[in-house]
Formats: sequence, C-alpha cells, structure tokens
Amino acid sequence: MTTLPIRVLVAKPGLDGHDRGAKVIARALRDAGMEVIYTGLRQTPEMIAEAALQEDVDVIGLSILSGAHNALAPRIMELLKTGGLSDVKVFMGGIIPDEDIPMLRSLGIAGVFGPGTSTETIVRAIREAVKE
Amino acid sequence: MDLVDSLLSGNRRALARLITQIENDLPVARNVLATLYMRAGRAHLVGVTGAPGTGKSTLVNELARAFRQSGRTVAIIAIDPTSPFTGGAILGDRIRMRDLSGDSGVFIRSMATRGSLGGLARATADVATALDAAGFDVVLIETVGAGQSEVDIAQLAHTVLVVEAPGLGDDVQAIKAGILEIADVLVVNKADQPNADITVRALRGMLALSQPESGARPTPICETVATEGKGIAELAAAIDDHRSHLNASGGMIERTRARIRRQIETMLREQLYARFISRNGGHAELDAAVEAVMDRRVDPYSAVEEMIK
Repeated sequence: MTTLPIRVLVAKPGLDGHDRGAKVIARALRDAGMEVIYTGLRQTPEMIAEAALQEDVDVIGLSILSGAHNALAPRIMELLKTGGLSDVKVFMGGIIPDEDIPMLRSLGIAGVFGPGTSTETIVRAIREAVKE
Repeated sequence: MDLVDSLLSGNRRALARLITQIENDLPVARNVLATLYMRAGRAHLVGVTGAPGTGKSTLVNELARAFRQSGRTVAIIAIDPTSPFTGGAILGDRIRMRDLSGDSGVFIRSMATRGSLGGLARATADVATALDAAGFDVVLIETVGAGQSEVDIAQLAHTVLVVEAPGLGDDVQAIKAGILEIADVLVVNKADQPNADITVRALRGMLALSQPESGARPTPICETVATEGKGIAELAAAIDDHRSHLNASGGMIERTRARIRRQIETMLREQLYARFISRNGGHAELDAAVEAVMDRRVDPYSAVEEMIK
C-alpha cells in the first residue's frame, strides 16, 4: 500500500430520519478508497466530536436535512475547537439554503454540498482539503 | 518521550493519534510501543467473533455497559473489512454503540482489515497493547463478521466469545472444524427467536461429542437477547469466570507464552525479509527470480535456495 487511506466520519446530527443521502456518500467515499466511520442517525454534536477524536479522522461529513444547520454547525465547530480538533476538515450536505452558506463558511466549514452534487465533486473536494 | 507521558496520563487525543501511527506502521509508533509494552499486560483481552448479523456490535455495547457498572474501564476495537478492490471501507460498528457516548471510561476505535484475512487487522495486537498500557481494564475486540476459519482472534484474546444466532445451520455445521473450536464461551444471541432452542441443542450436542482433556473446563453456552439486555449479566460473569479459571489453572501463562512466541516469530520473519531485500539492493534480485521462474528457466524452489545462499 503506497498511500494511507483518508479517514472520514459520516454523521447525521439532528432529528430528521433521512439517512439515504449519508449512506450514498459513505458508499461513494468507500469506493474512492477512504475508510468511512459511519455513525448513523440522530447524533448529538457531543457524540460527533467525541467520535472524531477517538477515530482520529481527517474529515467529518455532516448530513443535515432538518433545517437545523444554523444551530448545529456552530456547536459542532466549537466542540471540535475545544477538543483540539481544529485541523479536522468539516463538510456539510443536505438541504441548506444558499444564503446560509457564507455564515457556515465563516465558522470554518470547508465546503457545503447541496442536492445534485456529484459524488466525484465531493471526493475531489475531500482529497484537496486533506492535502492542504 | 512526551507522547508516552501524555498517553499514560489519560490524554485521549494522544491515544487516538498513536493508534493511527500504529495502523500506518510508522517508525515513531514502534519506538513508543517499545516503551508502552513494558507497562502493558494488565488488561483482560476479550475477543468477540461470529458470523455477520449475529449481533456482535450490540453485544459489545451491552457488555461494555455491564463492565462499566462493575467499575471497570473499557476499550473497544471494532474491526470491519477493507474492500479488496478499492482499499476503502465502511466501519459501521459504532452505530450500535451510541449508548457508550459521553462516558470517559470508554474508548472506541474502528479499524479496517487493510488486507488481513484472519478476521483482524494486522495492527490489532499492537493497538491492544497501547490500550492496555493506557490503563483500560477490559479490551473488547470485535472481529469482522467471521465465516468458518477467521480464527486469529484466538491467538490474541485471553477469552474468546463465539456468537451464534438461530437459523444459521444444522448440527453438522456445529461439528465442523474451525471457529467453534476456539470458543471459551459460546453465545446464542437473539435467543427470543423461535429456533433458538434448536441452536442451543446443536451446540450442546457438539460439546458433548468433543472429548476434552481431563480436568478441562466445559465451555459454557450463554443465551442472550442483546437488544433487550437479557442474559448480559450472566455472560459478563462467564467471561470473568473464564479469566479466573485461566489464572488458577496456569492457562493464562501458557496462552501468553504462546502469543509472545508467535509475535516474535512473525516479527523475525518480517524483519529478516526486509533485511534481505535491503541488503540485496531492493527488489531487483526478486524481480529477476520472478522472470526466471515465469520463463521456466528455473523452478521456484531452486530460485529461493539460490537467493538465500
């Protein structure tokens, strides 16, 4: 094995129960040679930060379709910071209005992917972000 | 060495980082492990194996809770397979372990097999050493969903649980060689399902047929319904009993000696190979031998004889 696999935590914070998108992404990242830690539905920000620390991931992918991203994202980013995990790249996907994206980016979210984004685009963005 | 110090003082971030370095086989990890090894040897290593879907992750979750209630700290290594085609993996065991979140006495790490075929990842033993040295009382090691011959866990764990579920095969499956032979404790999970008694009976029949050495301890069969927490206290007690038995009978010393011998043999083999390759100018000689055997100018047996002369 020449290159080390990128480790990604895929999590669904919040209360909506739609995890098909998260599973499609997990599968696509697996097929791109990444190790995906899939944590399932209804993760609290605390659970996500703790899992990211224990699993020593390079990237976190958050899937949010409930509209609660403006509440969840700041809390998750704050917990990552206090946990010494500022170097972990965080991406978001789901139903996120364009006007919210600048605020999310200002929190340090590395990228926001809306519906219809190709999995190739996401894989490329993750590889670029980890290379930095 | 401050990585060792912060790890021994309970820094979880340092522990997580070290595990990554061990998995990636970095030279720095080897140095740290050399120090940590002298501090390890206290933890009870418990292996949990069985076919996919028998409920291993849910059982591990419940067992961890039971051990926590008795005041012990618990580390979990949860292994899932790496794709042979892409090198990627989906590590999904944490889904069943959400109850353990927020407990600082629990540390969960998912590992991909990265090409190993025996049910564990290559670095599992070294990761267990790190968790042991970090002070965890129990290290639960969940193998990949195992078929019949993924038995590496027997060479690593002190106590091996083989998890069965109803409806997975008849009594001939139960007398085949392989995974059932390595069980220190047999678990029939999903014991509330209709055919559970048939599975228990088949296992009991299998145990009655085997002829243990005189004085050997009979293998207990524990029935559980992990999703409801049923039978977990009894299973935790059976695990503790097995450890007491190993300590009292001298089995612990024997297992440890056998494990250390195998570890040294494996490392010796790897190191000798690496040294051979580097001393002979990389892989050129190996490549030449491959071509010679390809063309049937020489047979592989003579080629190797010639190389190690």
